[in-house]
Amino acid sequence: MTVLLSLERVSKRFRGLVAVDDVSFEVPGGALFAVIGPNGAGKTTLFNMIAGAMAPDGGTITFAGEPIGGLTPDAVCRRGLARTFQLVRPFPGLSVEDNVIVGALLHRRDVAAAREHAQALLRRLDLFDKRRQLAATLTLADRKRLEVARALATEPRLLLLDEVMAGLRPTETDRMVATLRALNRESGLTILLIEHVMRAVMALASRVMVLDHGTMIAEGAPETVVRDPAVVQSYLGQSSLDIRAV
Amino acid sequence: MAIRPPPSGGLLADGVPRRTVALLAILFAALLIAPWIVNDYLVTILILILYLAYTGQAWNIMMGFAGQLSLGHALYAGLGAYIAAALFTQFDIAPWLGFLAAMPVAAASGAIIGFLAFRFGVTGVYFAILTIAFAEFARIGFDHLGVVNASAGLFLPVAQYAHNDLWHLRGGPRMFYYVILTATVLAFILCRVLLNSRVGYFWLAIREDEQAARAAGIDTFRYKMYAVMISAAVTSFAGVFYAFFYNNLFPEQVFNISRSIEMILGPIIGGVGTLFGPILGAFVLTGLAETLNSAMAAFGVDLPGAKQVLYGICLLLVVMALPAGIWPWLSRRLGLTEDLR
Repeated sequence: MTVLLSLERVSKRFRGLVAVDDVSFEVPGGALFAVIGPNGAGKTTLFNMIAGAMAPDGGTITFAGEPIGGLTPDAVCRRGLARTFQLVRPFPGLSVEDNVIVGALLHRRDVAAAREHAQALLRRLDLFDKRRQLAATLTLADRKRLEVARALATEPRLLLLDEVMAGLRPTETDRMVATLRALNRESGLTILLIEHVMRAVMALASRVMVLDHGTMIAEGAPETVVRDPAVVQSYLGQSSLDIRAV
Repeated sequence: MAIRPPPSGGLLADGVPRRTVALLAILFAALLIAPWIVNDYLVTILILILYLAYTGQAWNIMMGFAGQLSLGHALYAGLGAYIAAALFTQFDIAPWLGFLAAMPVAAASGAIIGFLAFRFGVTGVYFAILTIAFAEFARIGFDHLGVVNASAGLFLPVAQYAHNDLWHLRGGPRMFYYVILTATVLAFILCRVLLNSRVGYFWLAIREDEQAARAAGIDTFRYKMYAVMISAAVTSFAGVFYAFFYNNLFPEQVFNISRSIEMILGPIIGGVGTLFGPILGAFVLTGLAETLNSAMAAFGVDLPGAKQVLYGICLLLVVMALPAGIWPWLSRRLGLTEDLR
């Protein structure tokens, strides 16, 4: 499979603190790639650099053969990388449908066509019946689904999900996992996710990368990574034995 | 804020419930015949209402749709007024052509303010202060600009016209009334078209959450610039109208911050970001002021400042009871299911 996203020796410092230190990895097209690690490991910083929210201090980020490090978030999105936010931020005063139409208008001039596309996505994410509600009135689980729908509406080649499972109940997590798997399988959408919920990571990811103190300590197939002694020690702890049973 | 009406295709009334169209048609018909029923004094009041409805709609494009708070819209109206009046008095150029000259100037000055603010991350109240600053620059600048007679004021020749001259905007109140009514209706249509277009959706996204809008691929700088420039260009016509209706211009008055505040009170009372709010707000505000006037006269109250205090209390009550403005509440009461925003 060809490489869709590659990071080469990417670093980010905040004053004295090295948040991301010399990280390199590749995400093949069609992959379900998970980034895990303890709090403060630099996951969100890494994610923000890929999404254009901050520029790396060093290294290169290449997407589909084109360097994207230092581009603005909107320019990154227009190139085919769409993101969700760790703390969800749908447009609260707009209806569910209008939220998704905004995304759909990125590559469409016509509002009616954008609405059609948005409605198809809302059906897919089980939000169609709520399309007339204001986004602010949705539950957290629905707002997370709405963010995914809005991101998908921009027709990305790579979907960046920042802790999309956090705060969801196990049944809701399973529903989200099923949705993402289906998207990946049917349309070949590549997904890069930052995740704390190991239940979701193990069920979803085809590859896992572990970040600790800003450096990559392991990368590979999920089953292999969770057995890695360094990973067990720094992040998973003894409970990983239970996770392997999932 | 409200749910957008369902699919809007080519036709303007598409997706708008019949009831709304009917109510709008009745209102429009009433406004059309009004000058033939009421006296000249009331026509002048209606002109003031429509003037504020027009400027309120223009301001609403920037704040209500795109979320950029301007407290300096007097600048754009003032530029329109001065450019059209100067061209008319100096070169006998008709105000409509003067408007064509003023519009790009107003849009350009909006673009300068927008560029400075949006490029250097000046947002929220700081942006509002910047807009005030530019209106003040203009006030002080025009106070010393000899070509428009500086602080002594620019006067348009007032002659007794036997007939209305629409091309030169010289005539009686009825003519001015129909001019501003037409402008208000056109502004309303423009706002609806904009709000239901691609740019309208992008503005709302920016208003709701600029960072999320960028993450959805929207070039927020560009769309905020569009909002400022369109709003400024639309506002400039109000200035042209003002100049030819009042026939005198003083920088102290035209660029005064109270002119800017006047423009935004209507939309705030009526409903920021709604299509009909600015129009409703203009009627409520001017209606309230006039009612207070006659009520005080009827009761023989002659306390200086009493009217202003009562006016202020009324506005306070409205804002406290209906922080989203009167229109969202009223449209629900009228069973208009929150369309027209």
